[in-house]
Amino acid sequence: MRGPSIAHIVLVIAVLATVPLLTASNAVLNFLIVALLIALVGQGWNVLGGYGGQYSFGHAAFFGTGAYVTAILQMRYGINAWPAFALGIASGALVGAAIGALTFRSGLKGSYFALVTLAFAEVLRILASVAPITGAGVGILITLDLRPQAFQFQSRAPFYWIVLALLAASLVIVRLIEQSRFGAWLVAVRENEDAAKAVGVDTVRVKLVAMTISAAITAAGGGFYVQYFLYIDSGIAYGPWISIEALLAPIVGGIGTVFGPLIGAVVVKTLGELTKLITGDAPGLDLVIYGGVLVLIVAFAPHGITSLLAALRIRFARLRPSASEGTHV
Amino acid sequence: MLSPVILVPAILNGLLTGAVYGLVALGLTLIYGVLHIINFAHGALLTAAMFAAFFAHRLLALDPYLAAIVLTPLFFALGYCLQRFVIGPAAHGEDRNILLVTLGLAVVIENLLLYAFGADTRTLNLDYAFDIVDLGIAFLALPRVIGFGVVLVVALVLWLILSLTDTGKAIRAVAKEKLGAELSGIDVGHIYAVTFGLGTACLAIAACLLIPTYYVNPHVGNAFVLIAFTIVVLGGMGSVALVGGLFIGVVESLCGLYLGESLGQIGIFVMFILVLLFRPSGLFGERA
Repeated sequence: MRGPSIAHIVLVIAVLATVPLLTASNAVLNFLIVALLIALVGQGWNVLGGYGGQYSFGHAAFFGTGAYVTAILQMRYGINAWPAFALGIASGALVGAAIGALTFRSGLKGSYFALVTLAFAEVLRILASVAPITGAGVGILITLDLRPQAFQFQSRAPFYWIVLALLAASLVIVRLIEQSRFGAWLVAVRENEDAAKAVGVDTVRVKLVAMTISAAITAAGGGFYVQYFLYIDSGIAYGPWISIEALLAPIVGGIGTVFGPLIGAVVVKTLGELTKLITGDAPGLDLVIYGGVLVLIVAFAPHGITSLLAALRIRFARLRPSASEGTHV
Repeated sequence: MLSPVILVPAILNGLLTGAVYGLVALGLTLIYGVLHIINFAHGALLTAAMFAAFFAHRLLALDPYLAAIVLTPLFFALGYCLQRFVIGPAAHGEDRNILLVTLGLAVVIENLLLYAFGADTRTLNLDYAFDIVDLGIAFLALPRVIGFGVVLVVALVLWLILSLTDTGKAIRAVAKEKLGAELSGIDVGHIYAVTFGLGTACLAIAACLLIPTYYVNPHVGNAFVLIAFTIVVLGGMGSVALVGGLFIGVVESLCGLYLGESLGQIGIFVMFILVLLFRPSGLFGERA
């Protein structure tokens, strides 16, 4: 399958990795950390939604599980942050596999799948808002312990490199999926599920594996969120905001492409910051912009910004020879 | 088990609440039945209608039941324009795109309301809000009894529109066979927009019925819409949507009684998931 090579990914990540060496501005690093976090979460959504064509409206279920498990294991069971983070990812994957098994075995797709994932996220949100183990309405504060062993750092640069490393891993995973037989099956499911089944693809299994990988990547974002902000509650963990950002990034950037979620997250977050600059920190206005961007992208660039760039490149490529022909006449 | 003294009022109250759920679901199923799309903006539009009813009273001193007369055509027009000029053109006829466009609209509407009015929960203090009807076995809130009656009337009117008027016939024709309808000269784009308008108008009425006894905040519509989705998935098209609404109302009321208010909501979500898992296409139709 066409797409960027691993060398491309390494190059992009290497360039991004130099940012903390160039600036020590907390504002810049904070902005980029959040953007990369959304890119990571969006990459999770992209595996299932972009390549598999299964649009989840409830990726908060995985984000929140990753976040809560990371936090609960540390604060309630005294487990070190790093293994807690790893277990958070595993739990997110498990929740993904469980929801996937239930929904795909029942043959849910399209709008039903979107609806049921939304409902699962809401059930988890309500449960987390009343259960004592999640701190109910109060949420969980992670005790300040600024040591690398505790996955906490004095400055923002290490956080930046960690989220960048996680993103790099997700980019490589997605690229490997693209090139693999499994990736071809997944795209076949997206394009025409009945036809895929007819040629012998175990479509339920393919979707299930995709959902598990997708959930794991998104859960990594949740675990990182907790370590970075040191706080989680039911509204942040399982709220609709993260489900929307998870799908917005790949759709804006380019659905079903390796770099789509990264490009989309940077664009969307930049728009959000600009809105805040212009209007002050008004609640809701950044989300108004996000919703508007979602409608506009679907209306005018259904394949995202990357496709616009590709179209531009083709136009330029066409312009050049026609210009040289012009000189002949 | 609880005694009938508690159980009967709980069931009756559930039925009254359920009627409004039914009306919200009626709008949703109408749109689904004709356009074959799930309108994710339904909840946000309900919230918008509730804010409209709220401020009609607060600023213009318009009683909610009178406001319905003004808001219903307004929301019909709003729904018509949304489908005609936003959803229809933006979706390029693809189901996946429609999902995203209506989700985007929901996010825009909900957060515009949040931006304009803040996250505060507001309530109207109407002098008749606490009036009750004594049935002998139970006391029922008067506004909810009125709501129940209005929902039945609205359902009847909708049914009459669909079965007697030319537009109604066109709507049913498009729902059954879009291409055939188009070939016989029906403007499908217009009928789609009219249907969307009717579904949205149902929300304006539901909002006016809810506002005397309910609160309003920028997220209030979501709870109703998940219930409406549940009803749709349960298999309620048309009049069955009303029955589904009543059923869900009772379930919620009983769950609230046994599990407490905050967990009572979970009953609905769990039932929603179970219904989706175990009878996914159900009476909902084959298209997904």
